[in-house]
Amino acid sequence: MWDFVRDRRAEIFYDAWQHTYLVVLAVVAATVVAVAIAVIVTRIPRLAAPANALSAIGLTIPALALVGLLLPVLALGSTLAFVAVAFYAVMPVLRNAVVGLQGVDATLLESARGMGMGELATLARIRIPLAWPVILAGVRTSTQMSMGIAAIASYALGPGLGGFIFTGLAQNGGKNAMNYALVGTIGIVVMALILDGLLLALGRATISKGVR
Amino acid sequence: MTSTNTVADETPATAAGSVSGAEIRLDGVTKRYPGQREPAVGELSLTIPAGEIVMFVGPSGCGKTTSLKMINRLIEPTSGSITIDGEDIRKQSADDLRRQIGYVIQGGSLFPHMTVGRNIALVPRLLGWDRAETRQRVDDLLDLVGLDPDAYRDRYPRELSGGQQQRVGVARGLAADPPVILMDEPFGAVDPITRQRLQDELLAIQRELHKTIVCVTHDIDEAIKLGDRILILKEHAEIAQYDTPDAILAAPADEFVEDFVGSGAALKQLSLSRVTDVELSRRTTARVGELTSEVILRAQENGDNAVVILDERNRAVAWRFLRQLRRHEKVVGGDRESLVTVDQRATLNDALDTMLVSGHGGAIVCGDRDRYLGVIDFHAVTDFIEQVGEA
Repeated sequence: MWDFVRDRRAEIFYDAWQHTYLVVLAVVAATVVAVAIAVIVTRIPRLAAPANALSAIGLTIPALALVGLLLPVLALGSTLAFVAVAFYAVMPVLRNAVVGLQGVDATLLESARGMGMGELATLARIRIPLAWPVILAGVRTSTQMSMGIAAIASYALGPGLGGFIFTGLAQNGGKNAMNYALVGTIGIVVMALILDGLLLALGRATISKGVR
Repeated sequence: MTSTNTVADETPATAAGSVSGAEIRLDGVTKRYPGQREPAVGELSLTIPAGEIVMFVGPSGCGKTTSLKMINRLIEPTSGSITIDGEDIRKQSADDLRRQIGYVIQGGSLFPHMTVGRNIALVPRLLGWDRAETRQRVDDLLDLVGLDPDAYRDRYPRELSGGQQQRVGVARGLAADPPVILMDEPFGAVDPITRQRLQDELLAIQRELHKTIVCVTHDIDEAIKLGDRILILKEHAEIAQYDTPDAILAAPADEFVEDFVGSGAALKQLSLSRVTDVELSRRTTARVGELTSEVILRAQENGDNAVVILDERNRAVAWRFLRQLRRHEKVVGGDRESLVTVDQRATLNDALDTMLVSGHGGAIVCGDRDRYLGVIDFHAVTDFIEQVGEA
């Protein structure tokens, strides 16, 4: 095992980096989209229930099936992997963003309005900062989940550590099968833990002391 | 007991300082909600004079809050017009209008993720004030509401007590120096002693600033204490009576007002008489840092068994018996926040309350910005009641 890792050190680091990079990009994009949808949904209360239902249903679509569904639209490769990962990443963030934005005290919003803050100022200065701890919790869930899903995306020739796992599966019974699968899996877990730590630090830096 | 004219005599128009408030005029203002046969507010017409505190009172659901919120367009009237200083409030955008009207609601409603300083600075920032000016304003306002700027500027709301949060709420309402301030049950969420203190502070602030303040309350005693005028509303915001507290207590317009004001109107007159109406007694005072032996000598000459201790800004910080003083060589300060005092504008009712808990048979009276004025004791109050009774 140790020799296996040492021989492929460069490849492993490169794939781990690619894997993480894909997930970070996808989660950032997903967060922007999810918060935007949540803002719209919370403006129009009738949309809240359908949005929650859709995000729940979205999560039940098997990842491989989604890759299949996307194939006619996108060629195999990084873009497809990115879209697939981002699709799943939206769901937890969306759900938390809706809950977080709805949870902002109505009297605070009225008081903001009464002070002459417009819609945008209220959103940027009051609603999102107050919902931020909840949104960020969604981002953490989303990131953990995406690390796993990104492994499957490499089935669609996307980048990342998933390649090791699939190679291991394909060589089942072979000398290095177990090593491939283990390196892929452990690599993903380690990178996921590192990302989670970074997100925690981000929370410390961006969540106001007044609401922590 | 005849009515005293103290409130009328002290209306801001005749008091020192210029009026910075603006007149508000409501003309045939009506608010109907779809699906409701009766209007929430029906044809309300009234003039709120510049520089006065007008209290809106009435049973719940009478439309007092709706009427208030129509002034800053949080609720748009169905018909009728509202003018501030002669200008129709629909002339400018709702946001611009609201930046010129202070808005204070129950509990202060501070934004929990912003520091006290940023909460207060919100409207000045919306109005594009420069940084230094805003910072200075925040410190001035914190000082005005009795919070030390250096200690409180950078705290978060949750680190403050309910009363302190409400003070910051008032400071935030005053931030951009608006001519008109709307208050919706401002002191409803704090305990009675804190409420009394906050009311006194509001009166002290008003004495300096002379804003036009419209304040909704369900508490008739609060209305009598704070209001230059009281508007008593029935259902659908129909005016039952709109007059000075004196006039309402002396001559309720009808049975509704009589019931609303409640029994004990004679006792409520105590709520109309202010601490300024009675003679304050002088007590021995001492500065923080003075030699205890000298202070005690002075107190014994005056025949006092306790000494009022003042800080460098003439604010009372403690009221100590001589035996307590003897423990230190020099006079030490105390926690001003925990010393219970009454404002000179406080009612005799409140003063009696405070005297009962003080243990000194009296209460420390303070004026603007908590400046020490003297001590009110039971004798002074009973003498005053006798005088009024004989008159």
